[in-house]
This record gives sequence, structure tokens and C-alpha cells, in this order.
Amino acid sequence: MNVFDILGPVMVGPSSSHTAGAARIGRTAMLLLGERPVRAEILLHGSFAATGRGHGTDRALVAGLLGMLPDDARLPQSFEIAQEQGLRFTIGPTAIRGAHPNTALLRLQGGTGRRVQVQASSVGGGRIRVTQIDGLEASFTGELPTLVVHNADAPGHVARVTGLLAQAGLNVATMQLCRDHRGGYAVMVIEVDQPVGEAVAQPLRAMPGIVAVTYLNPDA
Amino acid sequence: MQIESFEQLMRLSAQQPLWRAVLLADCEERQADEAASFERMRAMLRAMRAADDGYAPGERSRSGLVGGDGGRMAAYAASGHTVCGPLVCDVIARALKMGESNACMKRIVAAPTAGACGVLPAVLLSYADARGADEDALVRALFVAAGVGQVVATRAFIAGAAGGCQAEIGTAAAMAAAALTDLCGGAPEAAAHAAAMALKNLLGLVCDPVAGLVEVPCVKRNVGGAMVALSAAEMALAGIRSAIPPDEVVDAMREVGEKMDASLRETGEGGLAATPCGRAARDKL
Repeated sequence: MNVFDILGPVMVGPSSSHTAGAARIGRTAMLLLGERPVRAEILLHGSFAATGRGHGTDRALVAGLLGMLPDDARLPQSFEIAQEQGLRFTIGPTAIRGAHPNTALLRLQGGTGRRVQVQASSVGGGRIRVTQIDGLEASFTGELPTLVVHNADAPGHVARVTGLLAQAGLNVATMQLCRDHRGGYAVMVIEVDQPVGEAVAQPLRAMPGIVAVTYLNPDA
Repeated sequence: MQIESFEQLMRLSAQQPLWRAVLLADCEERQADEAASFERMRAMLRAMRAADDGYAPGERSRSGLVGGDGGRMAAYAASGHTVCGPLVCDVIARALKMGESNACMKRIVAAPTAGACGVLPAVLLSYADARGADEDALVRALFVAAGVGQVVATRAFIAGAAGGCQAEIGTAAAMAAAALTDLCGGAPEAAAHAAAMALKNLLGLVCDPVAGLVEVPCVKRNVGGAMVALSAAEMALAGIRSAIPPDEVVDAMREVGEKMDASLRETGEGGLAATPCGRAARDKL
């Protein structure tokens, strides 16, 4: 842990795991959708479900979906702001087998109709880990620039994607591959050391067999 | 490099001030710029000050369990008829205010956690206001505090769910004790022993939040942590040393935390949370 993990973050209380982490989960899900959500189904598991209301977990998640950071003083008013900004949401409990006690499952739909489903856990100190995207396993923190590529499970995609990253001068830090079944649907999660942008995403989207490309860059 | 022990911290601060040893180690670890890191810490200090200034005595937490005590304490302190005098009463009021602000979903600085956010600013800001300390000196003290927190986080834990309240309020008190000792001109060794003495006095403290919320007893435990920090710093500045070396104290904290029953580690199932009144509060929510 660096000194600002110890002294920090600056955040809206009361709990780094249940409030700051929840806001970060909401924001990360929004970034993975790639646009402002207009509909959200929020499901809370474990301690999030049991003590979430008292910790403002519900409001923090919605604040994150609206793009707010954990230190945004408007966080307690997120429900009202969501209404103003046209985000309709539902919040309910769920039980996910084997999940971390502080886990949320979010199903989002954007204004263009795009959808994403994100499962993430708040793992302490306001840090989070995304554990599933669209039902496929993943494991990343959102602390590094991250590229998420949905593609058909066919030969050559990994080589093309990493080739493009190399051309753009992006260094791969970690890489995960997951698919629902052979020849089916696959997700690539690539963490890189440099910021990811449209310069990489655009040509990727144009490649045959690539279904969707999203990326997120961490907050300073 | 990550600072893993007080011994290492003492070695690093043989040639330079303690705060600078922490700053340089962190810059190396994160490949960060020295001046930018110092300014980032200044922003933490200012956020603490802003949080203290932003306290509103009329606010209550969503559960209704806490709020208003910081205002009550400040009014009592202003009366002039107190047991411990203005500085100590100011520390008590500030610790309550910050804890209550956190429970009321206001902006605070986790130090090392949100639940323990009142200890460090209560001690440092109150001392600075009473005795005068410039902003740079306070920023340096925050680096000392962060260095201590890093050692505890590496050797043990700083989360109540992992090691009980000793890991949160105990660590916060150790950080504040070392920071205050350093701010008052104590040697690095004195600061390390201040941290050790503070942690020793909070060893075994359980995490038993009523209804699982960061409210009861968390808010008032910030006061306890701040008081322990003050006395530990005073002892260290008087030349008193911990009989058990600082690193061994942290290791003991870890052992105690690991032996702690799960009901006493933030689950809201033991201790004060399991009292008839604690259960009733939970059931009402």
C-alpha cells in the first residue's frame, strides 16, 4: 500500500468498503458501458445487502453510475440527481454463490441501447475488483488503463489485438481470456501501462469477429 | 520500496528526517515525483481541515444513531470549566465531529480508514491551532503518520474486518502519536516508540459496530484513540520507551487480531452490537 492508500482516500463517508468502493464499482460499470446509463438494475450481495442502506451503498452505487467519484459531495443526493438526469434504477438483494461479501451485480442499459452486465466486489480501502463482465469471468481493479474486447471465439483475435497495441506503443501489464464455450463468445481483458483511447478502440471495432470494445482509464 | 518495519524506517531516517525517508521510499515505489507527492499530501491536510470546518451540529446519520455530540463537546469546551483544559477538550470535540461527519455521509479523509478518520486530524489540527505549526510542518507530520500506517498495514492489518478495531483506531492512534512526537521535535526513535506505546494501549480492541454501521461505538472510539495518541506522544517526548520493540508490538497486534472471533471483527454480531440495546437498534433499522 502506498502512503496515499494509508492517508486517503478523500471520500464521502461512512465506509471505505461500503461507500467509496461502491461508488467506484458504479463508476467502473458506467465506464465499461461506455456511455451514460438510462436504466440500471442493481443487485446487492452479502454485507452490501445486509448493511448497504445504512452505509449509503445504494446511493454510492447510483452516484458512480452518474459518473461521480467517491469524494463527490453530491453523493448522498444521487437518487434525486438520477431522477433529474433520466437514470431509472431498481435496487434489490441477491445471493451469488462464492462471491466476496461486498459484491454488487449491475445490469446497465445506455441511451443508445447498448447493454452491459458487471459484477464487482469492494475488497477494502475503497479498492474494487471486477469479477465478471456479461457473465464471463474477469479479474481487474480499474487502477490501470483497461481494454475490454468482446469477440467471437476464433483464431487470430488475440494476435490482432496485441499487434495493434504494440503498434500504438501500449505495454501490456496483464491479460485475461475467457469464453463461454469453444467457438462461442469470448472476452479479452487487457490491462496496459499507458492510457487507452479511441485511437486503439476504433480500429479494433472495425476488425471482423470483434463484437464490442470498451475501455476505461483510471481516475488521477 | 515499501516500508515493512520500524527497524527499516529507523535505518532510512539515520541520514535524513523521518518524513523524508517515508516520502522518498514512496516516490521510489510509485515512480512518483517528490514535489508532487508533497503537494498531494498537502491536499490531504487541507481536506482534513475542510472536513473539520464543514461539521454541522444539527446533522444526524441516516440511522439516527449519531450526530450532535461534536457540537455539545465544543460548547462545553468553550465554557472554560473543563477537567483537562482547552487543548484536550478541543481534541475530543474534533474527533467527535469528524466521526459524526463521516457517519453523516460528508467528505472526510480516511486515516487509515473512514471509521478511524477523526484521530489524526483531531490531534494534529488541535495542536497546530493551540501552539502554532505551519502548514509544511503538518504535511511533514502526515508523512510520518503514513509511514507508521504502512508498517502496520504490511506487518499486520488496518481493516476492522481483518483484525478488529485495534487495526483501525489502534493504527490511527499509533500514526497520530508518531506524527505529534515528530511535530514536537522528537527524534525518529521517539516517534516509533510513541506509535508502539499507543498501539499497545489499544491492543485487543474489538470491532463491534451496532447494526453493522460505522456509528456506535466508532465515533466515540475516535476520541479514545486521540487520547491514547496524546499520552503516548507525551511519554515518548519525556524519554519513556516501549519495553517491547515497535515491530514486535505490531506483530503482537496481528496475532491478537488473528485470534479474534469473527463475531468481533466488523460483523456486527458480538460485543456492543450483541447487547439488548444494540440488537434493538439493529431490529428497528
